Amino acid sequence: MADKVITEEDFISELESGMTIGVGGWGSRRKPMSLVRAIIRSGVTDLTIVSYGGPEIGILSATKQLKKAVYGFVSLDSIPLEPHFRVARQSGTIEAVEFDEGAFYLGLLAASHRVPFYPTRAGLGSDMLAMNSELRTIVSPYPEPGGGEGETLVAIPAFDIDLSIIHMNRADAGGNGQFLGPDLYFDDLFAMAAKRTFMSCEKVIPTENFLNEGSVHTLKIPRIFVDGVIEAPMGAHFTECLPDYSRDEAFQKMYAATAADKELWDIFNEKYLQAGSHEEYLAAVNSWEQGL
Amino acid sequence: MMRADICVAAIADCFRGETDILCNPIGISPIIGGRLAKATFSPDVVMTDAVSVLATNPLPLNDPDAERTVESYVPYRTIFDIVWSGRRHVMMGATQIDQYGNQNIAAIGDYKKPKAQLLGLRGSPGNLINHRTSYWVPKHSQRSFVSEVDIVSGPGYDRMRALGQPGNRFHDVHRVVSNLGVFDFETPENRMRIRSIHPGVEMSEVIENTSFDLVIPTEVDQTRVPNEEELRIMEIIDPTGMRYQEVPE
Repeated sequence: MADKVITEEDFISELESGMTIGVGGWGSRRKPMSLVRAIIRSGVTDLTIVSYGGPEIGILSATKQLKKAVYGFVSLDSIPLEPHFRVARQSGTIEAVEFDEGAFYLGLLAASHRVPFYPTRAGLGSDMLAMNSELRTIVSPYPEPGGGEGETLVAIPAFDIDLSIIHMNRADAGGNGQFLGPDLYFDDLFAMAAKRTFMSCEKVIPTENFLNEGSVHTLKIPRIFVDGVIEAPMGAHFTECLPDYSRDEAFQKMYAATAADKELWDIFNEKYLQAGSHEEYLAAVNSWEQGL
Repeated sequence: MMRADICVAAIADCFRGETDILCNPIGISPIIGGRLAKATFSPDVVMTDAVSVLATNPLPLNDPDAERTVESYVPYRTIFDIVWSGRRHVMMGATQIDQYGNQNIAAIGDYKKPKAQLLGLRGSPGNLINHRTSYWVPKHSQRSFVSEVDIVSGPGYDRMRALGQPGNRFHDVHRVVSNLGVFDFETPENRMRIRSIHPGVEMSEVIENTSFDLVIPTEVDQTRVPNEEELRIMEIIDPTGMRYQEVPE
């Protein structure tokens, strides 16, 4: 089994401007934030982010690296609407491609299964189709059970993702990932849907230790879908990563406040986002907490 | 009797008669009302703990440490599967709602560059086209009960008439509960009708706070008040009185 453990710098060398990047997690939950900051440090621009959106969409729009967001929602959970995303939408600085939450899942699934689309009823009658002029409907080739003509459905296109990033509780050096929290979300699909996938984790452990902390049901990321593993303890901070840690609500609140105040944003950006490494970031967070 | 308690009971009544479905209320008063319905007259519905499991006991709001009797596991992916299966009755909020039940929680103004970005479409398009939906509007006003919504996140009856069969066959906007009354669409054109008015509310107050013409039946009922047992259960679910902040007297 090949050793796929890499450094953040190795990860940065994989990035290019104009890429479409899939981001695992859900809202402000188990987001690969250390890798999001690596993207910020890399300076790549014109990015498209595909995600069940959380702070990655807000932060990358605030750093002006985001061109387009493809999402089911963009939320910080305890703060229902991502504040930097709100600013970006209301000032029209990013292109937004919005899907019904469930329909978004089908875009990931179609990409994972290498089919051009999956059909769904979601979107019929609502403004989802009007908001997204690229969306098409399709007529079922099969008659209705009662003999009527085929039903018209929305064809959710497969997301074309260059690179996905996900964060797991545990991983082995070969690239197998383990989630120990309440929900995998759609991280396995992000890994499958993308051409390449990079996985950060709280801890790299020997393969034979996986079952010490969770049942076989927690081993949902097989290494065949993973290209690199980056060990990053507290790598999802300030989002939650249960059971290792819950959301840092105080820090998230502080982050949220930077959307309304340019000076606060500049300080936040300088101190936390431009930190030279994940370790420096954690040290900055630690010193902020000491000051509370 | 507090208005918030009457609203919670009215919300619970939206789920009366439901059996083997996921009762999925979203928001403070809806969750209290849904859990109340399950704890009393609709014991056969299943409900989530708002994280990832179905719990059989009435859980207090926002208490991650509350003891729960887990009966099944429903991560988000399973929730979507249940949506598409149709075995679900959701209650959502609506920043704007119109006479045919079109809901907007997406944005105010033009979608391309909105005046105010709201929550977004969220799961509304999929919910409405797949299963029964009710709405909760804690602040009934001409700004929330509008003649036309800016963006249709959840389609109403006029949109469904235009879509036609078979696509519209699972659409079912069941009730709208506001701080002033309970409304349904049981009219020939599926226009919104007053079903009941909460005790202490005048008909004129409802009419003045609605931007469109409501269908008014010849006799308008008063919304029922919750009984002692229901009030006791509400206290268990909402011990800190969050419902009173959502619906002030």
